[in-house]
Amino acid sequence: MAQTTQILKKMTVSEMSLSAIFIALAFATAFVAIKAYTPVFAFHAALFSLGSLAAVFTIVTYYRSRSIEPTPQVINGRPNYNYGPIKFTAIAALFWGIAGFLVGLYLALELAYPQFNLDLPWTNFGRLRPLHTSAVIFAFGGNVLLACSFYIMQRTSRARIAGVIAPWFVVLGYNFFILIAGTGYLLGVTRGHEYAEPEWYAILWLVIVWVTYLLVYLFTLAKRTEPHIYVANWFFLAFIVTVAVLVLGNNTEIPISLFSSQSVIVWAGVQDAMIQWWYAHNAVGFFLTAGFLGIMYYFIPKRTGRPIYSYRLSIVHFWSLIFLYIWAGPHHLHYTALPDWAQTLGMIFSVVLWMPSWGGMINGVMTLSGAWDKLRTDPVLRMLVVSVAFYGMSTFEGPLMSVKAVNSLSHYTDWGIGHVHSGSLGWVGFVSFGALYCLIPWVWRRQLYSLKLVNWHFWISTIGIVFYISAMWVAGIMQGLMWRAYTPQGFLEYSFVETTEALHPEYLIRAAGGGLFLIGALIMAYNIYRTIASPMIDLADDVALSPLPAE
Amino acid sequence: MSQNVNHSPSGGLQKLMETNSILLVVAILILVSIGGVVEIVPLFYLKNTIEKVEGVRPYSPLELAGYNIYVREGCYTCHSQMIRPLRDEVERYGHYSLAAESMYDHPHQWGSKRNGPDLARVGGKYSNDWQRDHLRNPRAMVPTSIMPGYPFLAKTLLNAEHITEQMRTLRVVGVPYTDAQIENAHGDIQAQGKLDHPDARALSQRYPNAIINDVSGENGVTEEDALIAYLQHLGVSVDFKLYDDKANIR
Repeated sequence: MAQTTQILKKMTVSEMSLSAIFIALAFATAFVAIKAYTPVFAFHAALFSLGSLAAVFTIVTYYRSRSIEPTPQVINGRPNYNYGPIKFTAIAALFWGIAGFLVGLYLALELAYPQFNLDLPWTNFGRLRPLHTSAVIFAFGGNVLLACSFYIMQRTSRARIAGVIAPWFVVLGYNFFILIAGTGYLLGVTRGHEYAEPEWYAILWLVIVWVTYLLVYLFTLAKRTEPHIYVANWFFLAFIVTVAVLVLGNNTEIPISLFSSQSVIVWAGVQDAMIQWWYAHNAVGFFLTAGFLGIMYYFIPKRTGRPIYSYRLSIVHFWSLIFLYIWAGPHHLHYTALPDWAQTLGMIFSVVLWMPSWGGMINGVMTLSGAWDKLRTDPVLRMLVVSVAFYGMSTFEGPLMSVKAVNSLSHYTDWGIGHVHSGSLGWVGFVSFGALYCLIPWVWRRQLYSLKLVNWHFWISTIGIVFYISAMWVAGIMQGLMWRAYTPQGFLEYSFVETTEALHPEYLIRAAGGGLFLIGALIMAYNIYRTIASPMIDLADDVALSPLPAE
Repeated sequence: MSQNVNHSPSGGLQKLMETNSILLVVAILILVSIGGVVEIVPLFYLKNTIEKVEGVRPYSPLELAGYNIYVREGCYTCHSQMIRPLRDEVERYGHYSLAAESMYDHPHQWGSKRNGPDLARVGGKYSNDWQRDHLRNPRAMVPTSIMPGYPFLAKTLLNAEHITEQMRTLRVVGVPYTDAQIENAHGDIQAQGKLDHPDARALSQRYPNAIINDVSGENGVTEEDALIAYLQHLGVSVDFKLYDDKANIR
């Protein structure tokens, strides 16, 4: 019998064609590596070549080890969910998160003590700063989004994720993109656009990965056994589709040669600035907001054991948020050479955006109706709810700062940095931690090792955030006022460097806040490690695996 | 409020979206396109965003190489190049920035945060020697500066082997480099790097106002020389005594 099994087993069309494509890619990139203009580009092309070979090896190994029959879609009447890619991205998120927080702390120290720059190319602020922003936004945030969206799409569709190789291609391909982008920054490869630094070849790769991600999402939804698409998935779809549009718009570039890492963007000057901030503000709006709202709309109801507060509010929230967000970009360009009408539009829509943002906050927080007592006993839920509170706070602060009169003071100062961090540490960070504290025990079928440690994580990180953002408020407003201070004789009162000197104490407090946030994340890593190392629990006891309340 | 309200799925359009993922994606695409189109497309037509101003010219090859280093080192993460029309900024940095002044910057370097001062008009503000000393050790010139030192730029010879390919690509996207400018690029780098170079006159015809920079290294033009050539060119193109700021007001 065993022999016939061997004979019947054939490579599927996708296994065969993907192997062929990766072999071709391995050769093509090896050729580019040989002809590359710079050692950095040769290094990256070689990484692509090795990565392609590893992909072929993995596909062949998988083919040899798998059984002939396709993986069952349903086992004992329950969907046979695929948790492998989720486990990988959950761990990757923790790893990149800690790496990104660490680089952030180092940058904070560089601003307080410039000697930390070491006067070397690889460690100076200008190269490390994109490494920090990309590591926390795209590497940490991106992996959290992949993990949670792959989980939520399967659970709310009650169907196994579409594809066999495709989900793995998405998660591994995405992390390969991070590797190329991050090493590129350190070695001096950048496009010079904030939050969009990766060069043309990294973006080309990302586009392939991203399209696959969208297809996996749509094909999984097509397999769903629930009639309605759950609200969390609307947000994930908006996130995936809009990020694709933004990346394509802001990466319209021509490489100067196939053998050079350098490219020239089609847009210049004021048009480039507008497109850049259209991109960057909506990276916040759709990557860091819509995507994570998807997480909120699943994990808060699940953890509370209550349905979403208002279905109607979530409809209004969703459509108004995605329509309004896109307009807000020009508030990054107040008083610049961008025409006034565009600045005014950006300001008005930013203020209007306050409403759907708070609609979403109310929907998240009020889901606890009838279960408020859980805030006292469940630190994971507390983390999720406080993240929504931070979301509310920073989505109030944002419209305030987008008003031109306020912006003339706050722009170019640390107030902006503080604002970003109340959103990213408080909202994105906490909702991610809360979701991972739920998700990891559920997919590994473990009991969370210690709620007490979650409590420590929560408080240490919260104090860290408060240190961070209050220091930046003081620093930003102070520097803004110092820049515009006049003596009674009508001269500028302070030279630029005097305003920098004044920031030193705030920079120290900020570094302390960032340090506390990092300590919190390390506590989490230990807690997660102990959780995964603990024995598996019986499925029957697992309340978390019960189906979602019907919509 | 302890009662959760209204969980019944609505009918009509929303129901259609919620049960059809393709329709949902199309609706999202349409909604998110509107704002971007309204705000971006007019910028390619309106007079005050595409005006040409006397004096603004493409970068010379050495300045372009310096611009590449400015981008590579992430200088934009700490220095803006966009002076706002506010009293203190105009007094501190000079005339507010015009759209035309960055029309050849692919990408723009307006920046968003000032850990250091704005650089839009730093050209000519300090001598080449000051810039050199400051780049190598900022605290030697400004004791309480928090800027990183860039001593390695002075030790690295400029590799501008492929600068003509960059110039050609820039021409494709609208920077008006002439054939002569591209052909002479490598020579122009040498000419701009040395005082009393025989080709200096030809260089300044091709690139008016190009600041000649005396090469510091014995072996030739360094990355530091290129960066300084770029910095010295920032904000000096337009003669504001002659600029008519009412010309493009509608």
